[in-house]
Amino acid sequence: MPTPRAEFLAGARATIPLVIGALPFGIIFGAAAITTGLSPLATIAMSIFVFAGSAEFIGVGLVKAGVSVPIIILTTFVVNLRHALYSATLAPYVKKLPQRWLLPLGYMLTDEAFVVASTHYADSTSDPTYKHWYFLGSELILFVCWQIFTWVGIFAGTHFQDATRLGLDFALSVTFIGMLIPLMKSRPVLASVIVASVVAVIANPLPNKIGLMIAALSGVAAGVIAEGRGKPEPETIAISEEIAP
Amino acid sequence: MNEFVLVLGMGLVTFLIRYPTLVLIGRIPLPDRVFRALRYVPPAVLAAIIVPSVLIPDGTHIDVSISNSYLIAGIVAALISWRTKNLLATIVLGMVVFLIWRLIVGV
Repeated sequence: MPTPRAEFLAGARATIPLVIGALPFGIIFGAAAITTGLSPLATIAMSIFVFAGSAEFIGVGLVKAGVSVPIIILTTFVVNLRHALYSATLAPYVKKLPQRWLLPLGYMLTDEAFVVASTHYADSTSDPTYKHWYFLGSELILFVCWQIFTWVGIFAGTHFQDATRLGLDFALSVTFIGMLIPLMKSRPVLASVIVASVVAVIANPLPNKIGLMIAALSGVAAGVIAEGRGKPEPETIAISEEIAP
Repeated sequence: MNEFVLVLGMGLVTFLIRYPTLVLIGRIPLPDRVFRALRYVPPAVLAAIIVPSVLIPDGTHIDVSISNSYLIAGIVAALISWRTKNLLATIVLGMVVFLIWRLIVGV
């Protein structure tokens, strides 16, 4: 059985590639927030208290566009709704943990930590006793690094304004591609991915990432339907493999 | 300045999405069917984020052409990931292909 310490370090290690993928975004966020007129303190506070890259970006974008505070908060809620899906997915695995564990695990839940943790939890070949330490290790390295990246961005100021020219906006896409492909091992997952992709493109004009939610739910439905039609396999979803190199 | 109202409000709604779901769903016994369905969330969410980002790089127009560096590098990255199963290699090589392709097509 792996020790808590070993699980924690393994979780952090498995997340390093994703931290690298998030690096340009943290820096761009810090720089963009400052150039938009947010104070350094508010920028730092946003990365600590919100800790959700895309929502932080959109929040800064809306500040720049002169949108009112209540509308920005409402938008943040809609943009971050997908986290409810993540929480619901991970909840069965963590239901026996006390509040002192659930509070930080829930607080620091992000896209990246979700994929890393859910992959590890779904791996039935390893001992589940201390997997929450793995989850925490993944979340904590992301949290700490995101703060550092934000600070670097604040100090970098205007130097990284033109993110698209540097190609930094592609970093997140390529990171997610590297996470998705190893998951595509069965027909139901393939069906789920294809449907989610098509719906995401069609629903893309909808505001506030609503299209993303609809696409994700369509993909889940497609996976379930495809699973029901195929012959019953116990390991239909092959997310049991470590995604880290 | 109400930027601190902004930050705390954004933080509060985000927390209220993440934490209660994690606690409450865990307390309710989930039917096996729901549990199985939830396992399709990661691939579906990833696909829903990736595909528009490479197919609609400007956010409004679908661009299926060789001058779309996002699409070309995205396809190459997918192939690298498929062959190597190595996340770091996929990120690094994907970025290199993206930057080189962008230089070639000059967009």
